[in-house]
Amino acid sequence: MINFLREVLSYEFMRNALLAGVIVSAACGVIGTLVVLNRIVFISGGIAHAAYGGVGIAYFLGLNPMWGAVGFSLLSSLAMGYVNRKEKARADTIIGVMWALGMALGIIFVSLSPGYKADLMSYLFGSILAVSAGDLRLMLVIAVVVLAFVLVFYRLLLAISFDEVFSTVRNVPVGWLSMAMIVLIGLTVVITMRVVGLILVIALLTIPPAIANLFVREMRSIMVLSTGLSLLFTISGLLISYALNLPSGAVIILVASLGYAAAAAFRQLRARGRMRKEASGAKNTFEVIR
Amino acid sequence: MEEKSETPVILLRNVWAGYDLDTVLEDVSFDLYQRDYVGLIGPNGGGKTTLIKVILGLLPPRSGSVSVMGTSPQEGRKYIGYVPQLQVSDKAFPINVWDVVSMGRIKPGLSSLRLSSEDRQRVEEALRQTGMLDLSKRSINEISGGQRQRVYIARALTAQPRILLLDEPTASVDPQASVQLYELLARLNEEISILLISHDMTAISAYVKTIGCINRRLVYHRDKSISADMLQAGYECPVDLIAHGMPHRVFPAHTEDGEPLE
Repeated sequence: MINFLREVLSYEFMRNALLAGVIVSAACGVIGTLVVLNRIVFISGGIAHAAYGGVGIAYFLGLNPMWGAVGFSLLSSLAMGYVNRKEKARADTIIGVMWALGMALGIIFVSLSPGYKADLMSYLFGSILAVSAGDLRLMLVIAVVVLAFVLVFYRLLLAISFDEVFSTVRNVPVGWLSMAMIVLIGLTVVITMRVVGLILVIALLTIPPAIANLFVREMRSIMVLSTGLSLLFTISGLLISYALNLPSGAVIILVASLGYAAAAAFRQLRARGRMRKEASGAKNTFEVIR
Repeated sequence: MEEKSETPVILLRNVWAGYDLDTVLEDVSFDLYQRDYVGLIGPNGGGKTTLIKVILGLLPPRSGSVSVMGTSPQEGRKYIGYVPQLQVSDKAFPINVWDVVSMGRIKPGLSSLRLSSEDRQRVEEALRQTGMLDLSKRSINEISGGQRQRVYIARALTAQPRILLLDEPTASVDPQASVQLYELLARLNEEISILLISHDMTAISAYVKTIGCINRRLVYHRDKSISADMLQAGYECPVDLIAHGMPHRVFPAHTEDGEPLE
């Protein structure tokens, strides 16, 4: 085991990958909790897929696709956030259209670009093993911005997530805050894309908070526990994928899904055990009364 | 019907409001004065929620004027303690009683980012007033409907409101708990004006000081009873009222054609 870890850490790409896993987990756990509690999983998926348009255009223009993804996810999160607030009745349809439009643009621009394109697959399915020092810096900046924002505005974010109308009546700048939140979701989506790919982003955003929500009942504890779980899934998935020579993004999500199944089963069993205990307790009381 | 010389805490004059092509409130005029305790009853779809939105400044009226504490609703709503109707989805949210109640202390500006010691005191006081202090660490999904309603009232009280605005306060509350809720509201009414809107008039009528009807139009005469002209105007609510029983509490004695017996 020690030898395995020593071998893994001897490669720079593995060191970068593990570091990326740590950084992304922190942002993902915190932002994923907000995504789940605000029920905007669909918007997060939309941003992730629309970002592919930016990847395609940047690639066509010979720029770094990562920056294209950042630009497009900012644009699409602003647009989707606006639609979600102003066009509530039709929001999911319009967001669905933007989701598909971004993907379509990406595919067209990629096909227009000459040359070998294997690298682009990594945006769809993740390429944590190809994270460069520059990528790491970008990830770190985004994660720090996300964490600082949530730390500073925690109380207001909790209020608008729980009861938007009441927050409006208390004159909280609800519109401004929820737009900021969606933009930060967009940025988190971009860095998560590097780890598991845009198709699997939603899974890494939602599975850890969903598990955490089974065991703790406060937003801040869900954020902390999700970060821990996300870290566990990313790092163990990465090591397993290295050992078995499988695609790392998919293995990470597989580990997370198994984790969710195990957590749900554990909770079921615990609830059943409690019920049985109570039932036998009730029987004993009944005996005593008789 | 008495004349009042003081300025009303809530004032609506000839308000028309609605959504897109749908007009929900027609020519509504209404005054709420200090220490009033008004129950407005009306059928679902009769504009109860729209009226609340107009008073809270969430929906600008198409025409007519609204003022709260002598100023615009957006400015004046800081004096309103708003107690929304219970939503089933609230229960799924991971939050405890204390955190819900402390939301009432949020004000615009950076001071709301952290709870001050004054904030904590007010939260504790409101929890004590509503009898929820012992349950303050409980999660919102571990308490009953009546207790959740108390939590929302406590949240409204933390801002030391001049007006309490309640939307269907007993909709998902069992009968005994709603009696206790109305007793709590009666105590609070010693200092705060209360406007309560509901479709459930059996409970309302026994506790409020005055009663009115809302069904697109609003009929309100600062009276304790439903008047004959409310009936004649063809509102659904008095019909409901008869069906719900307790007519002796709300109806003055009247002849078959609706004329009051004097």
